[in-house]
Amino acid sequence: MSYSFELPLLVLVIMTAGSAILVTDLISSVFILGSYSFFLALVWAWLGAVDVAFVEAVVGAGLATVFFLLALFRTAPKDTIIRRSRPPIGAIISLPILGLLLLYAAADLPAFGDPQSPASTHVSPFYLENSLRDTQTPNVVTAVLMDYRALDTMLETGVIFTAGLACWLLLRRKVA
Amino acid sequence: MIHSSHDSVIVRRSGSFLIPLVQLFGLYVLFFGQYGPGGGFVGGVMLGASLIAGLLIFGPEGPHAVAAKTALEGDGLGLIIFVGVGGLCLIGGGEFLNYSNLEIPGLDSPSRRHVGIIVTQIGVALDISVAAVSIAYSLSASDGNGENGGADA
Repeated sequence: MSYSFELPLLVLVIMTAGSAILVTDLISSVFILGSYSFFLALVWAWLGAVDVAFVEAVVGAGLATVFFLLALFRTAPKDTIIRRSRPPIGAIISLPILGLLLLYAAADLPAFGDPQSPASTHVSPFYLENSLRDTQTPNVVTAVLMDYRALDTMLETGVIFTAGLACWLLLRRKVA
Repeated sequence: MIHSSHDSVIVRRSGSFLIPLVQLFGLYVLFFGQYGPGGGFVGGVMLGASLIAGLLIFGPEGPHAVAAKTALEGDGLGLIIFVGVGGLCLIGGGEFLNYSNLEIPGLDSPSRRHVGIIVTQIGVALDISVAAVSIAYSLSASDGNGENGGADA
């Protein structure tokens, strides 16, 4: 297995994630977060999850950046520069230990693409075998999202609708 | 931000070229989500983003503002389409959102499911694009009529 493509992507994702947190100017942070989403979309595409990569690129790198910028332009300039205090000593000690524990636990995860892993043996064989015959939809992801799991998708649509409604109620005030 | 047209001629020209392209690609993604990556969610985001870009570039008096304001009237319409398809399945005598119970004469069960997926995807895309435009309007504190409603009244 060659790591020629994997390692630079991983380094870029970690670098952009870290600098989005560390930078003090919020507008720079928004743009770095957009590039982080783009690199993450490349990671998803590299792992074969093209639908997820598409959503990550369009929503994370596109729409969320626009929303953050619109919110920042409405913010007073003194509030878009933030001053961070030093992290507490307990966090500096405990968070690396937590990270090492997570890495240790990740060694027990099934390998990528393992046909015997629980995720590949539970319901996904049924979807892969039957979705084309049941729904005439070659893209299995769409068949699962919109047909087998249509109720979940309906409630997600309701969540988006509620988000739009909540922004309307909170932010819009008509001039009397 | 949605208060005036953008000053730069480069932004306006490239916007008038790119926005229809983004809309066309959004429609492609929406209707070909059954054959390739994409679907209602991504297509809806792209359609909404193209309207937001039109608002940001050409301002509240521009050609895209009419479409955006019309889109605001459709708040909740996409959810109604989605739930309505589920209700039609109930009327057809089956479970909620079981598209094979849609009463479409001359189609067998897989084709009915195919049609059901297309219609619900259109519903999702409508809902997402309207929500995106609505949130953009809310964040720029405009009431959809081009007036700045953000001042403390």
